[in-house]
Amino acid sequence: MQVEPTETQALVQRTARDFATRVVAPLAATIDATAALPDELLAGLAGLGLMAVNVPTDLGGSGAGAVAYALAVEEIASACASTAVAMSVTNMVGETLARFGRGALASRFCPRLAGGGHGLGAFALSEPGAGSDAGALRTVARRDGASWVIDGAKQWISGGPQADVFVVWARTRPPETGVRGLSCFVVERGAPGLAVGKPEDKMGLRGSSTVPLEFAACRVPEGALLGAENEGFKIAMAALDGGRIGIAAQAIGIARAALRESLEYAQARRTFGVPIAQHQAIQHKLADMGTLIDAAHLLCMRAAWHKDRGEAFTREASMAKVFASEAAVRVCNEAVQIHGGYGYIREFAAERHLRDARVTTIYEGTSEIQRIVIARGLLE
Amino acid sequence: MDFELTPEQKMIRDTAREFAAREIAPKAAELDKTSRWPSEILAKMAELGLLGVAIPQEHGGAGMDAVSYALAMEEVSAACASCGVIMSVNNSLFCDPVYKFGSADQKERVLQPVASGQKLGCFGLTEPMSGSDAQTMVTNGEKTSGGWVINGAKNWITNGPHADWIVVFAVTDRSGSKVKHTAFLVERGTPGFTQNAADHKLGIHAAHSCTVFFENCKVPDANVLGQAGDGFKVAMATLDGGRIGIACQAIGIARAALDKSVAYAKERKSFGVPIAQHQAIQFMLADMATQLDAARLLAWRAATMKDKGVRHSAESAMAKLYASEMATRVTHKAIQIHGGYGYSTEFPVERHYRDARITEIYEGTSEIQRMVIAANLLK
Repeated sequence: MQVEPTETQALVQRTARDFATRVVAPLAATIDATAALPDELLAGLAGLGLMAVNVPTDLGGSGAGAVAYALAVEEIASACASTAVAMSVTNMVGETLARFGRGALASRFCPRLAGGGHGLGAFALSEPGAGSDAGALRTVARRDGASWVIDGAKQWISGGPQADVFVVWARTRPPETGVRGLSCFVVERGAPGLAVGKPEDKMGLRGSSTVPLEFAACRVPEGALLGAENEGFKIAMAALDGGRIGIAAQAIGIARAALRESLEYAQARRTFGVPIAQHQAIQHKLADMGTLIDAAHLLCMRAAWHKDRGEAFTREASMAKVFASEAAVRVCNEAVQIHGGYGYIREFAAERHLRDARVTTIYEGTSEIQRIVIARGLLE
Repeated sequence: MDFELTPEQKMIRDTAREFAAREIAPKAAELDKTSRWPSEILAKMAELGLLGVAIPQEHGGAGMDAVSYALAMEEVSAACASCGVIMSVNNSLFCDPVYKFGSADQKERVLQPVASGQKLGCFGLTEPMSGSDAQTMVTNGEKTSGGWVINGAKNWITNGPHADWIVVFAVTDRSGSKVKHTAFLVERGTPGFTQNAADHKLGIHAAHSCTVFFENCKVPDANVLGQAGDGFKVAMATLDGGRIGIACQAIGIARAALDKSVAYAKERKSFGVPIAQHQAIQFMLADMATQLDAARLLAWRAATMKDKGVRHSAESAMAKLYASEMATRVTHKAIQIHGGYGYSTEFPVERHYRDARITEIYEGTSEIQRMVIAANLLK
């Protein structure tokens, strides 16, 4: 047992922390208010190797592993959750391409995602009428000569407007085949027939653009098929297992920011003649917040550690994700409470943290989906 | 970051698990129903080194580390929470401070027999009107030539009715703005040291506790544990370790409740299917398992820090707070999953629920743990 990061992990963590405090944090309020992530911020992340932390070095990544990746996401998220999700999805797409990309796709796209300057990675699984229930996906891809032609619609695509590469799931066998009829494709920005829709107006995570995608006879080359035909579901599940570690880490980072600000506020603000930090009602909230954050962090680290060892980590990732996301919502809610009226206004960050935290129990598998995954493991 | 256990740690876990399943679990219901003290189990635990897990072998212990102790505590407690707390008190609350603060003579004379399980230890800090707030302690220790005279009463002393030794805390200096305490080792049979009958409790029935009395009880200088006046420090350092033990007791209880709930949910049918196929049940199980793992990781973190010799007060408090409240929630849900059978004493889950409840109270209530954690955060 060793709960401290290794040297490499600590280096990645420090690098991310330094960038987060120096560059990201001062921009966070503006990113939220203007609903825009500056390109140079994303390029800055890429420049530090943070867009491909767990992508092998020969594909342009940092090759630092899943634990290092989770530590880095925590740091960035504790400055700005919108920046963290751009980072998280891009890392997930890069890792997926590296793992399933059979040489050509990986060597072409991984360095682009890792290096910055081109754009983000985007993950296009959900549709207007199907998300976690991937067997119900309706987007189709059919062979046409040496091409694939994709038709359908995707929904809730994080980072879409700034994306360079989309991984897209489409049906290559009839609907009754369910998840056994899905294949995965790599679609570049500007592909003919791909239309990126208007960003959704969201409660939180406002700096991260979430868009619908339309595929109207969108033609991609034969080589755009990622992995084997009809085995796309396996890729999606593998990607999501890793992605859930990223979202857990994002939630933990948001919660850490909320706790940090609550600790500062509680020591500055006075009621009844003393700083409110001296009232047990406040102390006990802070203690619960700290305990939940530490527990979530350990669950997340454990899942990432299993992943680094090449072991199964589906259940551990789901536990980390459901616990961390629900903890983040509770912690951020208490942070608003501790800040009182100031917690409800935009001059303070507490309300942003609560809005940002709220999505973490929803995307990359809702809490309910995580519980199904965990229960399945228990009942096997 | 490394969550792997060492081969030694796995070995003691497996040994404890196998022993608990064979020797303890079959008796747990009977021990609970009759409130019988498990002498024969304790004798076997002694043989396996479970009564002095983290004490070096030269002092009678098993020479393992705090993580091993945490693992063994979970295993024993999953079978019987009463055996778990008897073990925890002997290991954490008695052997630990004697090893850490004791003189060479005390280690030989007192620690050796207790760590090896020939004798039993207990810990006397709490009083009828003073628990976590040690400044209000009434028990008094007065210096005389060559020794001390102790007067006072201590209550909720787990192992008290059977223990051969107690580490007892008394105020020995009331001259300053804050009183100072001293820790003493007192042997059973010392004139003036007496024990009440065992308490009647909601749970952990086989782990007897009682009130003990000191009436002009004379203790030699050689039995002062640590420095005179440093008793509070001894108590706090001891509880930092003890809280890991209680966290693991809670984890063991919760694990037992979860295992039984999973088995029951697969077997019991409603609406034509095993209840495990209903999401309402699945989600309870998923939450139980997730919270159990979170608690275990917090406890293991605190134990690794203890092994490294770094300060772990806040981490122990987090582990104890989270694990104990988790155990109450998990055992509550276990009863719910079992329905009417959960409420019946024919099934073990109502025992788990009763046993879990104490973990939020002793060795520092949840409220005290939150104070410790908050003080650390606000540093």
